[in-house]
Amino acid sequence: MSALATNVRVVRALGMRSIRQTFRRPQLIAPIIVFPTLLLAIQTGGAGGAVELPGFPPVQSFLQFMLAGAMMQSLMLAGNSGGIALAVDIEMGFTDRLFSAPIPRFAIVLGRLAGTAALGLFSALWFLAIGLVFGAEIESGVPGALLAIVLVTAAAMAVGGIGAAIALRTGSASVVQGLFPLVLVVLFISSAFFPQELMIEPAKTIAEYNPLSFIAEGVREPMISGIDAADTLYAVLAILGIVVFGLVLSAFALRHRLRVG
Amino acid sequence: MEAAVALPAWRTNLATIGALMARAKNELIRVPGAAIPGVLAPTIFFLGLNGVFGALTQLNGFSTGSYESFIVPVSMLQGAGFTGAAAGVNLARDIEQGWLDRLLVSPAPRWVLLAGTVLAASARSLIPATFVFAIALALGAGWPGLDGLLVTFVMVAAMAAVAACWGAFLALRFRSQSAAPLMQAGMMALILTTTAYAPLALLQGWLQDIARVNPVTDVVEAARQGFVGGVTWAATWPGLMALIGMLVLLGALALREMRRMGR
Repeated sequence: MSALATNVRVVRALGMRSIRQTFRRPQLIAPIIVFPTLLLAIQTGGAGGAVELPGFPPVQSFLQFMLAGAMMQSLMLAGNSGGIALAVDIEMGFTDRLFSAPIPRFAIVLGRLAGTAALGLFSALWFLAIGLVFGAEIESGVPGALLAIVLVTAAAMAVGGIGAAIALRTGSASVVQGLFPLVLVVLFISSAFFPQELMIEPAKTIAEYNPLSFIAEGVREPMISGIDAADTLYAVLAILGIVVFGLVLSAFALRHRLRVG
Repeated sequence: MEAAVALPAWRTNLATIGALMARAKNELIRVPGAAIPGVLAPTIFFLGLNGVFGALTQLNGFSTGSYESFIVPVSMLQGAGFTGAAAGVNLARDIEQGWLDRLLVSPAPRWVLLAGTVLAASARSLIPATFVFAIALALGAGWPGLDGLLVTFVMVAAMAAVAACWGAFLALRFRSQSAAPLMQAGMMALILTTTAYAPLALLQGWLQDIARVNPVTDVVEAARQGFVGGVTWAATWPGLMALIGMLVLLGALALREMRRMGR
């Protein structure tokens, strides 16, 4: 078997393991699916009148607008959960066993990220299904839905890279878990949940430059109006930026982990 | 030799509850980091919701132009919900580590063991509530008046007791910390499916229906009244009755599970 095929098998096996791990532990799946679904329902029902505010973009319903926000929340928490699971593996010595196996080190991180990407894919499908069931239309049809799914999956993997880097650097599940509130902060100061123009300062200004805003807009536009090349490009660039940042952090963290054991 | 004088049962029970509350307090002092998520989460929700949904007060139907004032009691109640749920998680940890088994073989009645957990959560909930309140005041939320503040803190403490009963019920039922998401999600749903984000008239149909029958709506309205207007008995007593009802129901469920432990 060629080296590439072996690496693909390793990544697939580790990815499948991380998916199974998530679905077997309620404390891992709850933040990815249960909490964002709950918040989506409550925010849609509670703040639905916002569509009547002057300056709110034309949408079919507030649910249609909020779907992208729920996906963003879910993918961010999927990245965080992936980091927690990797840190648990380090604490329990499982990662040490992988380090001593004849597999490339990057495959260990990539396996975890493949699992996180799969969870991102699952969350995109889940929220699209919820939206369709409760009457939200995808304005740009199947191509728009596919674009949203691809962006959410890629963004989950990108954010997972940062979670994995922190897990490798600290080796502590509680430290990675402690980032949970930070995830919410970063999300709240983006345009994931509300149009940036209608947000209150200083959140409004921060949201303008927050990379998550670009991803949220890239996911949202195909749902509420149509595929916009500029929005898609900005979303892709934001994801690539997070990927590069995560890769650099992971490379340093992996080197540190190999040094300290 | 002088025979030991037996203390009356009520004094022994009070001393046991005091000891359990002191244990919870020690946990807070010795592991201060453990209290941070309980304080951070409602603060982040307050700041986030205010920054994101602040423009909602432009809609007709809001009794105040300040969303800070409107949302701060909800965040304080959320803090109580998180604290109560955390008490349930701690109880589940005590079960997993065998600490509760040691308490169960003591002569303390089961209700006393439960009361210690619940009252400790109730007292602890005042920390996040005070923190969120201070942040809100700094950001421009209105002063609710001493009576309004007192009512809000009573509602917060009692809501934490309700959440602790819910958390204890689940902890004793599942005997595992894996039940933690259910404890937190349950409280989150109960507190947010009310008039938390907007007045009843502005909620979407399905949420309006739920908010009408959700007893926590009365608690939210009672806690909020000082922030958006004056304090009245008419807006206070439904909240008190709702809390008493939930405490009786969830307390009974938790006590039933506590009595089943080890049998």
